Amino acid sequence: MSPMQNNPTPHGKGLLRSIDWFTVLLYVILICLGWMSVCGATYDFEQAGNFFDFSTRSGMQIVWMGTSLVLALFLLMTDDRLIESLSYIIYLLFVVLLFVTPFLAHDIKGSLSWIKVGSFSVQPAEFAKFATALCVAKVMSTNGFSVMRRRDFLIAGAVILLPVAAILLQKETGSALVYLSFFLMLYREGMPGCVLFTGLSAIVYFVVGVRFAEQPMWTGAPVMLGPYLVLLLITLSVGGMVWMYTKRRDVAMVLLSGVGVMAIATLFSRFVIPFDVVWVQLGVSALGILYLLYHALRDRMMSYLYISLFALGAIALHYSAGFVMTDVLQPHQQTRIRVLLGLEDDPRDAGYNVIQAKIAIGSGGLRGKGFLNGTQTKLKYVPEQDTDFIFCTVGEEEGFLGCTLVLALYLALILRLIHLAERQPYTFGRVYGYCVMSIFLFHLFINVGMVLGLTPVIGIPLPFFSYGGSSLWGFTILLFIFLRIDAGRYRMQR
Amino acid sequence: MATKYELEKRKYVLGGAAILIVVVYLVRLFSLQMLSEDFKRNADSNAFLRRIQFPARGAITDRNGKLLVYNQPAYDIMVVMTEQMGVDTLDLCASLGITRDWYERRMAEIKDRSRNPGYSRYTQQLFMSQLSSEEFSRFREKLFRFPGFYVQKRSIRQYQHAHLAHVLGDVGEVGPDDIKADEYYQPGDYIGKLGVERSYERQLRGVKGSEILLRDARGRIKGRYQEGRFDQAPVPGRNLTLSIDLDLQALGERLMQGKLGSIVAIEPKTGEVLCMVSSPTYDPRMMIGRQRGRSNIVLGQDPHKPLLNRAIMGQYPPGSTFKTGQALTFLQEGIITPSTPFSCSHGFHFRGLTVGCHGHGSPLPLVPAIATSCNGYFCWGLYHMFSNRRKYPRVQDAMTTWKDYMVSMGFGYPLGIDLPGEKRGMIPNAPYYDKAYKASWNALTVISIAIGQGEVNLTPLQIANLGATIANRGYYFVPHVVKEVEGESLDTLYTRPRRTLVDKENYDIVVQGMRAAVTGGTCRGANNSWYEVCGKTGTAQNPHGQDHSVFMGFAPMNDPQIAICVYVENGHYGATFGVPIGALMMEQYLRGSLSESSELRAQQFESTHLYKPFDYVADAE
Repeated sequence: MSPMQNNPTPHGKGLLRSIDWFTVLLYVILICLGWMSVCGATYDFEQAGNFFDFSTRSGMQIVWMGTSLVLALFLLMTDDRLIESLSYIIYLLFVVLLFVTPFLAHDIKGSLSWIKVGSFSVQPAEFAKFATALCVAKVMSTNGFSVMRRRDFLIAGAVILLPVAAILLQKETGSALVYLSFFLMLYREGMPGCVLFTGLSAIVYFVVGVRFAEQPMWTGAPVMLGPYLVLLLITLSVGGMVWMYTKRRDVAMVLLSGVGVMAIATLFSRFVIPFDVVWVQLGVSALGILYLLYHALRDRMMSYLYISLFALGAIALHYSAGFVMTDVLQPHQQTRIRVLLGLEDDPRDAGYNVIQAKIAIGSGGLRGKGFLNGTQTKLKYVPEQDTDFIFCTVGEEEGFLGCTLVLALYLALILRLIHLAERQPYTFGRVYGYCVMSIFLFHLFINVGMVLGLTPVIGIPLPFFSYGGSSLWGFTILLFIFLRIDAGRYRMQR
Repeated sequence: MATKYELEKRKYVLGGAAILIVVVYLVRLFSLQMLSEDFKRNADSNAFLRRIQFPARGAITDRNGKLLVYNQPAYDIMVVMTEQMGVDTLDLCASLGITRDWYERRMAEIKDRSRNPGYSRYTQQLFMSQLSSEEFSRFREKLFRFPGFYVQKRSIRQYQHAHLAHVLGDVGEVGPDDIKADEYYQPGDYIGKLGVERSYERQLRGVKGSEILLRDARGRIKGRYQEGRFDQAPVPGRNLTLSIDLDLQALGERLMQGKLGSIVAIEPKTGEVLCMVSSPTYDPRMMIGRQRGRSNIVLGQDPHKPLLNRAIMGQYPPGSTFKTGQALTFLQEGIITPSTPFSCSHGFHFRGLTVGCHGHGSPLPLVPAIATSCNGYFCWGLYHMFSNRRKYPRVQDAMTTWKDYMVSMGFGYPLGIDLPGEKRGMIPNAPYYDKAYKASWNALTVISIAIGQGEVNLTPLQIANLGATIANRGYYFVPHVVKEVEGESLDTLYTRPRRTLVDKENYDIVVQGMRAAVTGGTCRGANNSWYEVCGKTGTAQNPHGQDHSVFMGFAPMNDPQIAICVYVENGHYGATFGVPIGALMMEQYLRGSLSESSELRAQQFESTHLYKPFDYVADAE
């Protein structure tokens, strides 16, 4: 690292002293633990070979790690202003590449996202993340940009959604969904919380609605739990939103009194005459919406209108969920959702992954079976055990303590990234930093969640752990561009 | 709308969300990894395949180191139902030499959980057991064509000689009860069923070993778990050395050809059983492998019961051989002295009761009474004992005393030989007669027990043991057929002498009587110039037909090497079969071979058949 010492920034502070070594340390620990996991996941009991043999995945991972370090070093030595100024060009290059990829790609398990470069396969989608982050940061750091302005919001949205469209063309739904994480950054940059809330609510209503659609509230009840719960949640959300956004407690209380009506109707149905309480709930909802519209007209407050639209939309979404399930989603996605929601028990197929992953992790116990002693992962009971399901190896071999350590390291990285992003003097750095943080958080949330059987099985890698050069390089570039931007923060404070 | 400061606060929302996610995941991990053992068990049954390694069963030799039983390889054909789809059944049946019918029946049996409780579609199930090397070699060539069929190497018993079937016993597949009784066994294992194979099962079987293999998701074996650190090598079974002398046994079986009965010879100073013949017998090779089931049916249907080991399971009236025990009891109790004479005029006549006897001088003291096997003498003896109200207040007390003497000589209870199924014989006691005669009985009622008739029953082993006790002058070792277990000392049951209630001096008198029987009494046929034989004949009355011919003896008189009992059912006088056969046996054992004239006599006995000769030999391989 000696060359860097001779490369002082104009501000006079040495680059070495302005780099956030804490994050670098976390990075190094994570890739080392990741390498151990790849060793564990790809180890073959029959050929207890050399981990450094380049014909094995553990050996190749060393190559990816080495090149990643070189890449990181290189990024730290470039000029962050150069990177910033090249943002649009990099973005454009990658968008073009992404759209071209399906035509160049060779099919791997139905995915058209890999292109061959020499003897290696590269997945451009893994690199498009940092390009998109750069571009969106650049866009949002232009003078006068405001997320609150619709035109600006749409531009930012377009920058994010363009690669999503390209990646969907490659049939890589998982990678495309990662771009949803940019909304966390947008939230930080001023996007109203209600947008995020609405999005989350939509997901929760969908899941609850589908999961309990056919389940009676009690044995023989004419009321199905799914619609009942969704309508109850909508009423509660609406009441809460009125309370929060209009500060009119009286109006909110009137709306929340609907919950009482529903409760009485439920008791009546349970103990007097059984009937479908959902009709009462729909009636209450309709009255509530009319009441909101009345206030919207009387008080001239758009909030009432928006909230009533939220309620209408939520009800519509709930009743169209069945349609979405059967007609919009692809069969294998439907199955995955059903299995995830416990509606389908299919141990040899989609559920097999999740069951075997749980067995592998569960068998680890407190301390795990020890490095290279995991049986489930090595004997290929867990599919994709060195890529998407790599966390199983951690769970099986290192146990609860190992998992806790890994999750703690990730949490430390994410919180550190928030801290670093917040200390950026300029919007560009902060936006980029939040993009990085959001991407890591999303990957962690989905990847570990699916291995634990808590989130749908969406095939995205665990950063620094999953085997693969594209993914490791992609995350390294993503992270170290930010560290380089961060290292330049003193100079930027002119 | 929101100020810059308010927006900055949103970092707490995002950071909080990250913390929340990690906390939820940790809780989930905790519940998966710490709260449930199911996943661990699941993982083990997923990944570990325990393969049993069978130990070699111990070999069995005779007392001179001649090999009797050893192992030879056999092959079990195993099947995994999920993998055997699409096998050419006709080809398979042809290669195994079975019919399509048998194949379908067998497959149905395997799948029937009531018969095969351990059935699983994914694991190996026994399809056919114990194929010989020849049968298997035909199949092996084609094995690759039958996916789902596997071979498990086993070893089966092989017998060097056609002799000693009852003592050796056999092995067969374990039954549900065996598995319940001892969790060592699993379906398809083998266990000793009869003879020493059964009584020394623990020593012979060894300890199964196991290999823990790793099995991948497709069922392929991916090596040994932790390089075999948890594997256990099988411990081979221990070899047995029998106390049996194979040559003596072979001669005994020869002499008993075409007769029913038994010969038991014991080495008095150790209690080792030198031969144990039970006739009819069968070739132990009939019980090997898949022949066993069929042989059991054939042998089980024979009315002469070849599967019965008469030496320890046959309960016979001992006849006059029993008089020796009476003499000892009367002497010890002081009922008689060696010089006490009793009269006998062709039998015992008293108050209208008559026990017949044959012609000899009268009155007689004890020694010639034993030599001539005088019925009158022993009836009077018992009468005097049971009627002695000064010594025994009641007849019951006399009876109890008498019974205690008998039990001390090894009668009335199983001796405890190391073979399964030993019977106890019958020695009546006072409550028995009280019940039978409503407490109204006296010496005369039970007089026939004095001459080994009536209620008294002994096994040939007990009679031989009586001979051994007299040879030892008052003690015996529990007879046993195993002389040595490799690497283990013999049970103290077989090494501790047991004294009878009678003193040595009294035994010396009875020995004189038995010697006189050989030199000038009923056992003259056993006399020879090589060594001093002592003997006692028995002609046991049999309500169902001709009397049984019995001989009990030992030799040489002053350094006894062998005590013997010969029991020939329906052989008439003791002197007809018992004495000459006993003499030949003793000659064989003490001299190592038969003299020319003895050999001629042996051939004569071999071809003298009281019954149709029994011919149970194994099928040719």
